[in-house]
Amino acid sequence: MTKGLMEGSEAMAEAAIACGCRFFAGYPMTPFTELLENFAKKLPAVGGVCVNAESELEAVGMAWGALATGARAATGSTGQGLSLMQESFSEITLAELPLVAFNMARGQGDYFQSTRGGGHGDYRHIVLAPMDIGEAVELTQLAFHLAELWRNPVLVQGDYLLAHTAEAVDVVPIDFGPLPDKDWAVDGSGGGTGRSKVISPLGIGKHNTPGPGIEGQQQAVAAKLARIAGVEPRAESGFLDDAEHIVVAFGTPAKFVRYAVRRLRDQGLPVGYIRPITLWPFPTDAVAEAAAGMSSVLVFELNAGQMIDDVRLAVLGRAPVRSIGGISTDHSGFGVGPLLDVEVIAGRIEGAATEKEVMA
Amino acid sequence: MTVDEPALHQVGDKTPSLLQTGEHDLCPGCGEPVAIRLLLETLTELGLTASTIGVVGIGCYTAFSRTLDVDLVQALHGRAPSVATGVKRMQPEKFVFTLQGDGDMVNEGLQEVLHTAARGENVTCVLLNNGVFGETGGHMTATSVLGQRTKTSLEGRDADYHGYPIVIGDLLARLDGAAYIARGSVQSAGAVARTKRMMRRAFESQLAGEGFSLMEVLTMCPTGWFVPTAEGPTYMDETLGQVHVMGELKGGKSSPS
Repeated sequence: MTKGLMEGSEAMAEAAIACGCRFFAGYPMTPFTELLENFAKKLPAVGGVCVNAESELEAVGMAWGALATGARAATGSTGQGLSLMQESFSEITLAELPLVAFNMARGQGDYFQSTRGGGHGDYRHIVLAPMDIGEAVELTQLAFHLAELWRNPVLVQGDYLLAHTAEAVDVVPIDFGPLPDKDWAVDGSGGGTGRSKVISPLGIGKHNTPGPGIEGQQQAVAAKLARIAGVEPRAESGFLDDAEHIVVAFGTPAKFVRYAVRRLRDQGLPVGYIRPITLWPFPTDAVAEAAAGMSSVLVFELNAGQMIDDVRLAVLGRAPVRSIGGISTDHSGFGVGPLLDVEVIAGRIEGAATEKEVMA
Repeated sequence: MTVDEPALHQVGDKTPSLLQTGEHDLCPGCGEPVAIRLLLETLTELGLTASTIGVVGIGCYTAFSRTLDVDLVQALHGRAPSVATGVKRMQPEKFVFTLQGDGDMVNEGLQEVLHTAARGENVTCVLLNNGVFGETGGHMTATSVLGQRTKTSLEGRDADYHGYPIVIGDLLARLDGAAYIARGSVQSAGAVARTKRMMRRAFESQLAGEGFSLMEVLTMCPTGWFVPTAEGPTYMDETLGQVHVMGELKGGKSSPS
């Protein structure tokens, strides 16, 4: 537990295990692979299990079973692999199981998938997007806490940089406060008592202990999601005092944006930034407040324009919202493209800000 | 079933103790309740009542999730063997079974059951095989036999057009991780008694930690087969039973293994 230089993949696996994760199942895929490798290496030593699942469909199913027994369990992949898991994500949410899933994404094109989901029905995951490895250690542990607090899946949104770079970090267990008993978990002891349990997305319950039914279950989960949306948004911001422009960014690119903004401030440009830490629930109020009275709200994300929808919904026309990001990747499609560069980002912020000032 | 008179209750009520109610919505002539009775009786007889976790797939039998007095996890269509894997790995001392139909196991979830068996996962999959999607109203599954009429093979399953059936028990029996594989049936009293003996051996195989076990049970679906209820058992004997042949396929007293 000493502070050491650690790759993000290892630090996130360490953090998960430190807070009690004892089951992991996954299927190798760049840049998620090293997270799976680290769970495979570390879980047996603490009496846990890591299954190199034969497919993503099976990985999420195995995690589902482990969760049903009350164990802390997780799965993960890249966005591509998570596409295959969406049916289970939908139903695990309705079954109210505390799944933690890692998306070690290729770029930031999975924002819609993470925040809207690719599955059926009315479901949301809490989505935590760390900007660096130190924060990933904290948010990984918070993910397990929030998943159990709300009995709702939590997605940790990472990427290639987070997985493959190293930082000096401490992995120490964090106490986020008490959690309710897992009286819903099955251990087989209910059989023959007349009070046996069923964990189901269908709201069926048992003959002696009826559930709310399918519609009732869906309504209960929807009401819970509305409560989560009210209290769990998290954001970090800086340089908002007397700012005339703000940049919105999430994940590892947000750290580049923060650096660029600090430099532009030194050069006298009145620019600030805000970083959603929870992509869902989106920090709508914080973004709206930060955007009030701005000449421009600039969105930097490494995709064709996804989070910008949420920014526009937060700003509601009170300030002009423009994209200064875009699709950018290396030749492999996995890694860092030319847009993720402080010089480029600073240039785009400055260009957009001064253009806006001229127009105003 | 509600019987007020205690003496009459003793004589007349054969409801398995692990049922919260004998009421169900399945069709007359359906074989699934008979197979589920065998499952519950075997759990009771082996003393597994308070140490069993079941994982239920999606089909007509899913309605029993509500009435079985057993701790259960409801899985998605086809995914029960993976869910059971997660359950067993976290609760290795518990008896873990899946309850699936042929559409669930052999169509939607074929890779799940194959991989679970190959891994030698110490769980028991119980397959209720009637050769049709009963719940949707009688459509062809991967186990429908050649010539079988279904709503999606109206003139009978034709190998050239629809392909051949998968005989799942025989397929799984070839895998090293499979310890016990048997196929029973519930179309006659004799078949029921023999199936129950095989069910017991399948469960005992898991209790002995031998690896994966499959207890396949052929069940009548006169509604899905478009035959009169009373002809269900005969139809099954003459069609499905000729291809999916009853017996122990691996690990049993009568199998070659």
